[in-house]
Amino acid sequence: MTITINGKETVLPENAGRTIDSLLEELDVPQRLYVTVELNGEVLDRDAHGATPVTAGDVVEFLYFMGGGAP
Amino acid sequence: MTEEQIERYSRHIILKEVGGKGQQKLFDGRVLIIGAGGLGAPIALYLAAAGVGTIGIADADAVDLSNLQRQVIHFTPDVGKPKVESAREKMQAINPDAVVRTYREWVSAANIGTIIADYDFVIDGTDNFAAKFLINDACVMAGKPYSHGGILAFDGQTLTVKPGESACYRCIFPEPPPKDAIPTCSQAGVIGVLPGVLGTIQATEAIKFLLGAGELLTDRLLTYNALRMKFREVPLKRRAGCPVCGDAPSIVQLKDELDAMTVCDLKGH
Repeated sequence: MTITINGKETVLPENAGRTIDSLLEELDVPQRLYVTVELNGEVLDRDAHGATPVTAGDVVEFLYFMGGGAP
Repeated sequence: MTEEQIERYSRHIILKEVGGKGQQKLFDGRVLIIGAGGLGAPIALYLAAAGVGTIGIADADAVDLSNLQRQVIHFTPDVGKPKVESAREKMQAINPDAVVRTYREWVSAANIGTIIADYDFVIDGTDNFAAKFLINDACVMAGKPYSHGGILAFDGQTLTVKPGESACYRCIFPEPPPKDAIPTCSQAGVIGVLPGVLGTIQATEAIKFLLGAGELLTDRLLTYNALRMKFREVPLKRRAGCPVCGDAPSIVQLKDELDAMTVCDLKGH
């Protein structure tokens, strides 16, 4: 199935049981435990990652912490 | 305006979006820059050059040799000097009319409310999550528009927040990451030109806000990757469940996020 991840079309193996949590693990996403996930325009609560299925056509954004600036 | 001012700002004045009226708005504008480092450097230089009348700059740090690769407002002879003093000298050298107010202190829950009260727009150019969350919360509670900016390695992100109208930093990141969870600039490094790109965008937002021109970077997180030379925009919206700007906020009083470490620590230890 194909989903869009940070603007890029990505083909993933078929997996009916895929959730946001398992997607983060499958893709080894940086900051996996802290990254904010936006699914189809809605920021998800972290608590919901395990119960939110990923389906074909989804638009997923991973939003990363960037803390630098001054020193 | 004096003859000299008309000449100095002539390239602004001929813009229909600025004109003499807009330039006067910049003269009357008051912008606070928190952090006189990588992001703060281009912000301070451009705002002073643009004729922003009152510019506050807050930072407790002194210039370090390892800052000079990117913090272009500080020069080699400034090493050891308070950053806010070094910054003030360059800003006033560019534009003697600029009123520069320096705050040689770190912002905290105790002082930030008083500091931001005197400004129309606030810019976050800090290097740590404790300050970033504090600035967001203070600006949301005070209804003060501000620009968020963050950088790491080759990546940067920026967002403008109009409290009560557009998504805030906590709408995206409800709470700071745990200490040590995210690599620091001193661990991960940062390409020297990166804060120049992001800081200049933040300064642009402040100028547009003062002018009332164009569209601000609200409800959109702009991300930039220098290696791939790509800008992206991620659409955002206010979250009803946001802990500070949502319908039933759990954060109603400023607090220091003690668990959020300084990510780009002072001496890069």
